[in-house]
Amino acid sequence: MTATSEHSQAAYVATQAADARINVELQTGDMTLNIGPQHPATHGTLRIAAQLDGELVIRAEPIMGYMHRGYEKLAEVRTYPQVTTLINRIDWLGSFANEVPFILAAERLMEVEAPPRAQWIRTILFELSRIANVSLFLGDMGVQLGALTPVFFAFRDRERVLNQIESLTGGRFHPNFDRIGGLKDDIPRGWIQETRDVMVKMREFCDEMEDLLVGNQIFGARCRGVGVIPREVALGYGMSGANLRASGVDWDLRRDANPGLAWDQIDWKVWTHPDGDSFARYWVRLQETREATHMVEKLLDGLPSGPVMAKVPRIIKVPEGEAYVSTENPLGEMGYYIVSKGDLGPFRVKIRTPSFNNISIVPWVCKGVYVPDVITILASLYFILGDIDR
Amino acid sequence: MIGLVYWQETAIKLAVILGVIPVTSLILVYLFLFKMMAFMQSRLGPMITGPHGTLQLIAEAIKFLQKEDIHPDNADKHVFALAPIVVLMSTFLLYVILPAGPDLIVEDLDVGIFYALAVSSLSALGVLMAGWASANKYALLGGLRAAGQLIAYELPLVLATMGVIIQAETMSLQGIVHAQANFSIFGLDSGMPFIFTQIVGFAIFMIAAQAELTQTPFDMPVAETELVGGFHIEYTGFRFLLFFMAEFGTAFAFAAIASVLFLGGWSLPFVDPNENWLNFVGPGVMLFKILILAAIIFWVRFTVPRLREDQLQKFAWKVLIPVSLVNIAVTGLIKVAV
Repeated sequence: MTATSEHSQAAYVATQAADARINVELQTGDMTLNIGPQHPATHGTLRIAAQLDGELVIRAEPIMGYMHRGYEKLAEVRTYPQVTTLINRIDWLGSFANEVPFILAAERLMEVEAPPRAQWIRTILFELSRIANVSLFLGDMGVQLGALTPVFFAFRDRERVLNQIESLTGGRFHPNFDRIGGLKDDIPRGWIQETRDVMVKMREFCDEMEDLLVGNQIFGARCRGVGVIPREVALGYGMSGANLRASGVDWDLRRDANPGLAWDQIDWKVWTHPDGDSFARYWVRLQETREATHMVEKLLDGLPSGPVMAKVPRIIKVPEGEAYVSTENPLGEMGYYIVSKGDLGPFRVKIRTPSFNNISIVPWVCKGVYVPDVITILASLYFILGDIDR
Repeated sequence: MIGLVYWQETAIKLAVILGVIPVTSLILVYLFLFKMMAFMQSRLGPMITGPHGTLQLIAEAIKFLQKEDIHPDNADKHVFALAPIVVLMSTFLLYVILPAGPDLIVEDLDVGIFYALAVSSLSALGVLMAGWASANKYALLGGLRAAGQLIAYELPLVLATMGVIIQAETMSLQGIVHAQANFSIFGLDSGMPFIFTQIVGFAIFMIAAQAELTQTPFDMPVAETELVGGFHIEYTGFRFLLFFMAEFGTAFAFAAIASVLFLGGWSLPFVDPNENWLNFVGPGVMLFKILILAAIIFWVRFTVPRLREDQLQKFAWKVLIPVSLVNIAVTGLIKVAV
């Protein structure tokens, strides 16, 4: 080492020491900020205990369980047909999609299979509830970032989809339409054409969101590069659904592990985005909503004729055994592990909900970000409280 | 004009200001917050109370008055109570120098625009007081954000007006109106507003005013979805109403200042500004211009998302201030050359 470099090194050490002294003098205590349980950004009762240094988040810990309703336990004291009313309320925005994996698991144990027409209508309803669910996210992300208007458009257009679900199932929010061995009813007259019209409207809504938010510079500034979740981390935390696909993982249970619904009989595309940031998560969901409208149209085109109910006994008893079925729900992988002892009701039900895993990444991703970014990240991870706590 | 004793004149002026502020904020709230926002969002807005919901505001005001006046246990009582008054006071003081006609002005100060910008930043003090005294972490964050933001945006606001002042050669708002009434450009005779020459200054002024008024995209001090209302989170009833009135009253005042600086205030093109009938037409002309500018302010508010605090500071210091300095330099050069 030459003399000059020693000199500069000494100067460097001196400035470091001075900086350290100032830091000690200026050090202030951290502030604990409770985001929630009553906070608009947690859309429900999630609590984020955040440790702040000024506006900088040092640590953020999600605290769950404020909305625990004990559905796993409640399911044990109900008969199989009764359980669907309960699990409708897990992810309350995409209710029908909650029923499907449970019914499929029960069907697998009973070794019955719903007729093709029932499977297709199930798939249509599944995609409709996906659209109803995710379209609200598309608007809500705007309101979380301060743009008030998109969420009203989302509520307006989601209503059309809910109307379609209602006119088919009778339930706007909680259809309770799926039965072991098929469906409660066939589709009413005129429903197919109406649904086609609604799908066109929903595509217009997606274009509108693209104009309002995706193309907006401020939206880009708030979302791009915020809350980046690399592929390995996303996989490590067991994330699923659009959150995982936004991290560049090409994984979709509808395509990869189709449990018997009509997804494998139509053409469709799994959207992924390599970035893994909040913007990517929004973009993937936007594309998926658009894709889902095309899927519904294709499903309506190919809808087979026939009965919607298989032959099942009047009193349903599920033979002894265990089954796990999971599907790609609007929020991610949702699965039911059913243990049956041959009774009228399940002996034990374990519900695997996507939001629980998706939200568990918060401490990892909300480190060294600003308070507004926490809101962006929470909004883009898109959880539903009922789906976290069930 | 009419011979009045000093105290009579003062009493009339006071009554005018006290009457004008609630009325203007009511107009803005009803027109923009209730109706324009609703129509933009495919809703109807209030429709039940009165024709097209016009009486909704009265109902809201009565609702606020009925509410219990709650203050938090740990709050600094006196500061907590004083804060909304300080904020509203800055709004009141702004109205003193707003001209509405050749003789319609409460006080035509020689340093009018300087005074306006000075008293408008008083509201930052009130907001900081509210944020600190509420004994609430969200309120504290909101108050500090507001303080930082108002300091950052005060500068471009001042610099944006400099171009106009250089052109008008006066700081009095009446003087600026008269300067525009006699200003000709593009071979058009007179009464051309300064927006034709000061379009950059106008843009900067409107952006900075947006931040000063804490409207989206610069509404981090309030940020409903992050800070749940920020500095006014703990305020209820009448005190909240004061904040609310101050917000819209200040929006009106800033739109008025912008319309005076850039759109010619109460003057009309090709009309001699000393005509007496302008005292009757002037307020209408002024209101028309103010509503156009306020519509722009609220249009932006309802449309765009909110920036982050650091992005906002960057925008102020790296974009707005250099651009406004260039604007001043160019205006000065042209002024000297022509």
